[in-house]
Amino acid sequence: MKSSTTEIIEKKFFSKENLNVFLKKYLIIFILLAMIFLLSVLSPSFFQFRNLMNVVRQISVIGLIGIGVTMAIITNGIDLSSGSVLALSAVIAASFAQRSDWAAAKYPGLVVPLGVSILSGLAVGLLCGFIVGFLIANFKIPPFIATLGMMTIARGFALLYSDGRPISSLTDAYNTIGQGYFLGIPIPIIILITVAVLGHVMLNYTRFGRHIYAMGGNEQAARVSGLNIFWIKIGIYSIAGLLSGLAGIVLSSRISSGQPGLGTGYELDAIASAVIGGTSFSGGVGTIWGTMVGALIIGVLNNGLDLLNVSAYWQQIVKGSIIVIAIIIDERKNR
Amino acid sequence: MDPEYILVMENISKAFPSVQALDNVQLAVKKGTVHALMGENGAGKSTLMRVLIGLHPPDSGKIFFKGQEVAIPDTKTALDMGISMIHQELSPVPDMTVAENIYLGREPLGKFGLINKRKMISDTRKLLKQLDITLDATKKMRELSIANTQMVEIAKAISYDSSLIIMDEPTSAITEREVASLFKMIHSLKEKGVSIIFITHKLDEVFKIADEITVFRDGKYVGTVPAADTSKNMLISMMVGRELTNIFPKEEAEIGDVILEVRNLSRKGKVNNVSFVLRQGEILGLAGLMGAGRTEIIEGIFGIEKIDSGEIIINGCKAKIRKPEDAKRYGMALLTEDRRRTGILSVLPVRDNMVVANLARFRKWGFLQTHLIEETCNQEKAKLDIKTPSMDQLIKLLSGGNQQKVLVSRWLLTSPSILILDEPTRGIDVGAKAEIHRLMSKLAQEGKAIIMISSELPEILGMSDRVLVMHEGDLTGEFSRAEASQENIMLAATGTAAV
Repeated sequence: MKSSTTEIIEKKFFSKENLNVFLKKYLIIFILLAMIFLLSVLSPSFFQFRNLMNVVRQISVIGLIGIGVTMAIITNGIDLSSGSVLALSAVIAASFAQRSDWAAAKYPGLVVPLGVSILSGLAVGLLCGFIVGFLIANFKIPPFIATLGMMTIARGFALLYSDGRPISSLTDAYNTIGQGYFLGIPIPIIILITVAVLGHVMLNYTRFGRHIYAMGGNEQAARVSGLNIFWIKIGIYSIAGLLSGLAGIVLSSRISSGQPGLGTGYELDAIASAVIGGTSFSGGVGTIWGTMVGALIIGVLNNGLDLLNVSAYWQQIVKGSIIVIAIIIDERKNR
Repeated sequence: MDPEYILVMENISKAFPSVQALDNVQLAVKKGTVHALMGENGAGKSTLMRVLIGLHPPDSGKIFFKGQEVAIPDTKTALDMGISMIHQELSPVPDMTVAENIYLGREPLGKFGLINKRKMISDTRKLLKQLDITLDATKKMRELSIANTQMVEIAKAISYDSSLIIMDEPTSAITEREVASLFKMIHSLKEKGVSIIFITHKLDEVFKIADEITVFRDGKYVGTVPAADTSKNMLISMMVGRELTNIFPKEEAEIGDVILEVRNLSRKGKVNNVSFVLRQGEILGLAGLMGAGRTEIIEGIFGIEKIDSGEIIINGCKAKIRKPEDAKRYGMALLTEDRRRTGILSVLPVRDNMVVANLARFRKWGFLQTHLIEETCNQEKAKLDIKTPSMDQLIKLLSGGNQQKVLVSRWLLTSPSILILDEPTRGIDVGAKAEIHRLMSKLAQEGKAIIMISSELPEILGMSDRVLVMHEGDLTGEFSRAEASQENIMLAATGTAAV
């Protein structure tokens, strides 16, 4: 007697069901490849090593922020403060990396090991993230509001600290981080890939990572299973802040200047990368690799449209439209 | 403390902003027994269990576990102590697999402190096999049926190897076969010395499984009796405080003309060529096992889902129903199966929940007439005896039975001629059940036509004028009130009888 409540155990490898799942999972990669193909045809200078390296180098900053934002969105939260925290970390780290012979430096004549300036940038990012996480976990402030507040406050501190002026003339050692190469590959890319791999391992193979997904999927279920919701929330936003700090160091070292206006609007690009990459606002769903592909799609798009001499204004419209289309596709996937 | 008892809860009180949920209650569970906890909704059973599992601290009172006085500040403490729980509201993490849900919080670790996924899956497979549950450990929870979701929750609670397992309405969504399987599990757990607190509304179940029964009423402790020394009537009077002579007060109603005719309704894979009629004043019971297709028929008739073929004829005219609004216009009303998810607007107050389906009734010159709304709501509250401190009360704070009554009044305000009730008394205590049944009888007497889907045979037999039985999408039986019996309905429901 067939039971309608028994689930099937054996899975056929090449079944129609599996094909659908495969397509849905890798749809964005197909889109990325299609875009690359199209642009290579339309513009001969696109598919050259130097240009491709440029693309990846440009998205390395967004990519780092994107990893943090992905985690926040998975838990039904969001991080609007990444761009501002990036700027704050950038100006602070840069202030400790200025050339000692630069008269107009923030701390004239100060010589400090490279490690200190890097650590200061990371520490600032971590602190901002911790504060945000604490506000969310302890005072139950909605993530949107808490990070919106930090967005404004961090930017204010960045302007205050730097007197509204760029902090320039940075040491060669510091600049290598953003401009240097290691084994022929730009260092920012190495940093991004390392962080992405660590992030992927954490989200998929550590308890903390799995608990992030559980919390986002069903906070009540997580609570009754004894998970420590409080510290998970603080942990997520602290990591996001740390990554924003790292992004600030990478960016300021690339342009050899710590400017208080850095990162404006980056949080939106990061959120767009996450969404295009399949992270869902309903929580519990999202991957680091998806966000990376999402960032690549945005990066390739920006770069390609530049090469095709499309006006920056049109670029903005195209980018916005792609984000909306991505969300619509995501909606239909989850139906 | 007497070593015979694994758990003693003394003088526990707990107050919430609007209600004293627990007022000096007691509970004493003997080791290795199944102790049933019964009472109407709002009696405090689930609240006490939530105190026990660490979700709420009690305002006062003492808890003794295994002879020691303990404090249970959070769920992890309870789980570590040896207390686990099958929750009434099934809450799985939908995008995680069966294995990940079962081992959430205690994922097995392997090399470098990382999760050993292979072990997690094989441990889950072993567990499911032990409990005789046929499920794929790697399937995502959102793909499972409600019945299987509940089986996973059961497996999870048992897998903690606890000394005390709390089961809060564990059989609310599963079929007879799985209930038998669960009872087998409970017996073997008892033999191992595990103690079980079993919360249920089903009187038949209680006598099958419980050793002792404790009854709460309105947050107060009423008494504890050995199951062998008591009867259904005694329990009911303990729970309700008064004699309930007739659980199914179905009165005669005049059955009139055919008001609804469903012809050859089909939905691919779910409903196969189903036809039936419904008359005014009639209560048509729709019986069958879970997954038989009853809710799917209703979704088609009410316009929630598309039908692949078939006709719906109302009052002699073909009806074009493409969305619920159309159904409403034809005079239909639907009380859904899962009031928590698709019925109540949980963040809104009672008043809003009541009037939302027919705001046009209260509209004058584009504005809502608040005094008329107040008046109407209070009338409905009195008519249906809805227990709520005020119309402003958030509906999610009401008991299940009262929530259901608010939903009924919501639909009554649309002046329907056809009422479809999908599991109208699921998760509702005996007292409120009887009230809803009485209400159904009254509506039938007023000439309304009612379709009632129910998985409880006594309810089907007690309330229906006619019974239709479904099995895997087919209509396998139709019985008049006189012909219907437990046997022939069950035979049709399991597909073993020829129509």
